Amino acid sequence: MQLTNRSKVVSNKKMSFAEKLYLPAIVKGLAITMSHFFRKPATISYPEEQRYIAPVWRGKHVLKRDANGAENCTACGLCAVACPAEAITMTAAERKPGEEHMYREEKYAAVYEINMLRCIFCGLCEEACPKEAIFLTPELVPSYLNRDEFIYGKDKLVEPIDKRVDITQRQKHLVEKKQ
Amino acid sequence: MGIELLIFKSILVLVVFTITLTIAAYSTYGERKIAAFLQDRIGPNRAGPFGIFQPVADGGKMFLKEEIIPADASAFLFVLGPSLAMLTALMTGVVIPWGDTLTLNGVEYSLQITDLNIGVLYIFGVVSFGVYGIMIGGWSSNNKFSLLGAIRASAQMISYELAMGLSIVALIMTTGTLSIKEIVDQQATWHWNILYQPLGFLIFMICAFAECNRAPFDLAECETELVGGYHTEYSSMKLGFYLFAEYINMFISSALMASLYFGGYNFPFMNSLGLDQNMVTILGTVVFFGKVFFFIFFFMWIRWTIPRFRYDQLMRLGWQSLIPLAILNILLTGIFTMREELKNWLFN
Repeated sequence: MQLTNRSKVVSNKKMSFAEKLYLPAIVKGLAITMSHFFRKPATISYPEEQRYIAPVWRGKHVLKRDANGAENCTACGLCAVACPAEAITMTAAERKPGEEHMYREEKYAAVYEINMLRCIFCGLCEEACPKEAIFLTPELVPSYLNRDEFIYGKDKLVEPIDKRVDITQRQKHLVEKKQ
Repeated sequence: MGIELLIFKSILVLVVFTITLTIAAYSTYGERKIAAFLQDRIGPNRAGPFGIFQPVADGGKMFLKEEIIPADASAFLFVLGPSLAMLTALMTGVVIPWGDTLTLNGVEYSLQITDLNIGVLYIFGVVSFGVYGIMIGGWSSNNKFSLLGAIRASAQMISYELAMGLSIVALIMTTGTLSIKEIVDQQATWHWNILYQPLGFLIFMICAFAECNRAPFDLAECETELVGGYHTEYSSMKLGFYLFAEYINMFISSALMASLYFGGYNFPFMNSLGLDQNMVTILGTVVFFGKVFFFIFFFMWIRWTIPRFRYDQLMRLGWQSLIPLAILNILLTGIFTMREELKNWLFN
């Protein structure tokens, strides 16, 4: 049964004298490399130049706060379950009286860690989240010298109150659904 | 010998030495840049504008690296290897005519350090000597990869020196002299030997690639098979010397090809420009270096185009293609130079 028509018959025929001298093939090869000599280099000089990153790029995660500055996350664990790379771990805790301005609901994540070496930036955590607490941002995760430094805790993930992270680009589909 | 001549020659030696080392250093930069361009990249561009200080940085790095002599190595020979490689590489520049004569205060000075009447033989002798640097280095390292590299280098040298010598024999038959200066002078204006010996030039060039251990004949130091070949165990400036010697050899081979086959410092219409003799000499030297740079570029162009030969292909090419072709070339040259006598002998 023939599956494709791309198969080639291989021949082991003896090389002629001209072929044994390799010269025609060499000249052909030289012409090919010379044609590359005048092409535009494909290099992007990284620190000075950066390539375009789409506004919906899936990069570093952010844990959102609500309008009053309280954390949205209730430590339900759906993101950790959805995560195919098992990069997310968390420990839940109960909100004490007087902490209402810090946590939106009665339960919150005392520890929330994402291992950036495991994360594949698929965005399933964001899709699974029922509280609109976790989003991916166009920011890139930098490289470090130690593996420990890739484990991002709440100190790096939760957005600062005075420096909110804009995630409206990634919420467009939600906005459209509501209308 | 007058004292002026002695001073002039000393200065010339110093200048040739400096130029050789500078060109060898900048060949490493050129090699990386050309490789980058041929592969759609940019190449070194961080050290200085366009990366032109890269060779300085590389040289400094080589000097500052730790010098390691393996415990099982034969220390004296281990140091002798790179020294010999460097010595023989630098010795060949002596008989290359870098230009015609300069007239200063009514005295003629030749821009060639010494005009040996057996210049071609001298070069062959010194180049054959160069393989000892590689062999001694590879053997004294007491490392299997180094030894394999050294064996390959010597086998390759023996095979390709034969074809190279035979291709030169045909050239000597047409020129009738072994002095490189005289060979260059015979090619005045546009009577370049490439027009009379195209096949000989081709064989000579292929053998020059092999003698320099350059791709596609770099079996002696192929990274993919032998780690680093004969210089696997070398570090610091001793490694630098080996790499440097390779680039000097490349420069000298290019100079030799330019002077034997491409007219050396001669260029078309050089005598009809109506210029001063000194001006013509300086222009000729510039033209000569242009030719040399073209060949250096060609060396690199070939390196980044053709994959390495397999060992059996290398031997087959040398013994079964190049040597018969070189002998055929000698035969054709002989028939051509003796055509009148042959005609008389055949038809009378």
